[in-house]
Amino acid sequence: MSDFVSDFWSPYIAIVTVISILGCALLLWMQSSAKHVEGKTTGHVWDETLEELSNPLPNWWRWLFYLTVIFSLFYLAMYPGLGSFKGQYQWTSTGQYAKEMKKADDEFGPIFQKYLQQDIRTVAANPEAREMGQRLFLTYCSQCHGSDARGTKGFPNLADKDWLFGGSPEQIKESVAQGRIAMMPAKGVKPDLTGDEIKDIAHHVRSLSGLAADPIRIHRGKSLFSVACAACHGAEGKGNVGLAPNLADKVWLYGSSEATIIESISNGRSNHMPAFGDFLGEAKVHLLTAYVYGLGGGQEMPATTPADNVLTGGALGATH
Amino acid sequence: MLTHDKIERNVGLLVVLTVLTISVAGLVEIVPLFFQQSTTVPANELVKPYDPLRLSGRDIYIREGCYNCHSQMIRPFRAETERYGHYSVAGEFIYDHPFQWGSKRTGPDLARVGGRYSDLWHRTHLLNPRDVVPESNMPAYAWLDRPLNDNDIEIKMRALRKVGVPYTDDEIAGARGAIEGKSELDALIAYLQGMGTAIKQVR
Repeated sequence: MSDFVSDFWSPYIAIVTVISILGCALLLWMQSSAKHVEGKTTGHVWDETLEELSNPLPNWWRWLFYLTVIFSLFYLAMYPGLGSFKGQYQWTSTGQYAKEMKKADDEFGPIFQKYLQQDIRTVAANPEAREMGQRLFLTYCSQCHGSDARGTKGFPNLADKDWLFGGSPEQIKESVAQGRIAMMPAKGVKPDLTGDEIKDIAHHVRSLSGLAADPIRIHRGKSLFSVACAACHGAEGKGNVGLAPNLADKVWLYGSSEATIIESISNGRSNHMPAFGDFLGEAKVHLLTAYVYGLGGGQEMPATTPADNVLTGGALGATH
Repeated sequence: MLTHDKIERNVGLLVVLTVLTISVAGLVEIVPLFFQQSTTVPANELVKPYDPLRLSGRDIYIREGCYNCHSQMIRPFRAETERYGHYSVAGEFIYDHPFQWGSKRTGPDLARVGGRYSDLWHRTHLLNPRDVVPESNMPAYAWLDRPLNDNDIEIKMRALRKVGVPYTDDEIAGARGAIEGKSELDALIAYLQGMGTAIKQVR
């Protein structure tokens, strides 16, 4: 059964189409076979002497029209057009798409598979894989993380050594494939913080990264911090990977100004990175992971290829 | 015999033949679309009428002329599906009156932008695109962060119901409450985040 709601529509389309094509041919034949006298006019006269000759259609034009009619009949026999008739070639737009995808998979699939079999560290050290990774990054990731991967306010820098969810190959891959959700509750775990207390905490947090802050406020903020914030950020504000960012490393996702920190504490922050695993597939996620890993912040980054690494690792082990 | 001489000298005949000629394409290419499953039935159970906030957001999308630079139609070509996701199908647009397929891509296609970016990204990007994408040539829509003042929401939903969108009386009655206290930015982001989420590409 076709896509139509009733059986009427398929023959309706086919009949109207064929009749109109044959009608064109018939009209053309009638006009070319009509009697005409050389030099006869239509009788229309404009501007005193401007007359319209009643000549037959030029042959080149008439035969082009006949060819068009023949072509359209041939086309409708081969391709879909006459209602639900699929045509001899059985062409469909989804079929053409599937073919295009298959061709690309045959061509590029082995390259992706080759890297998928390799360890992230190995892929990250491969110039060709890095180029592929960069192109993927520019297409799918740069809108948030920037074309240089250095991020912007609210969107983490991927090229530094600070990781909110871990910088090992496995952790980066999980971030890309499954996305991440981060939520800081307003006022931490102490919902009755006053405005002045929040300011105290903000000064303490600034002091953790060595920024200018009021010493009295730091003192008061420190004890408030241990109540309201330490559960996630740790007593010294050094954070916990996957749970809360390090506040003592001079890296600021939203900004380091007193006003911004007060805003973060007062209203909380919620942010998320969408999951790309289903959309991109494992092979591309693998390449992207390797690219991000290789940007310089990847943890346990090998100096050279793994083969060399084993050697140097062994050599180092011997000296210690 | 019917010569052009006769047709041209008879205005009534000329009118009839002209109408017949120009209606053929419409009769075989447009009219049957009203009687096809794929164009009249939702693509799947995830295709739902716009809730009031998204509907308001959609009107802001139209008001700001987003369609001038963004299409909402992913064609079945690899070059498009690699970048945007699964190609668009007719059954995804049955509650769009009118659809926003567009034909101009100064910016990227938006048919599957839903869920692609975080709300924070959209907020930052709409107010000033260069804050997140320094290379962007999209204009800043800095005025959107103002209260949503959509007093026609019930009337719009009733009008849409007349053309086949199945809004219930309860939904229309609750529309004003649903957009209460929202900003234009919230509405537009809600619209964008719901776009094209019914069909997911899984590789």
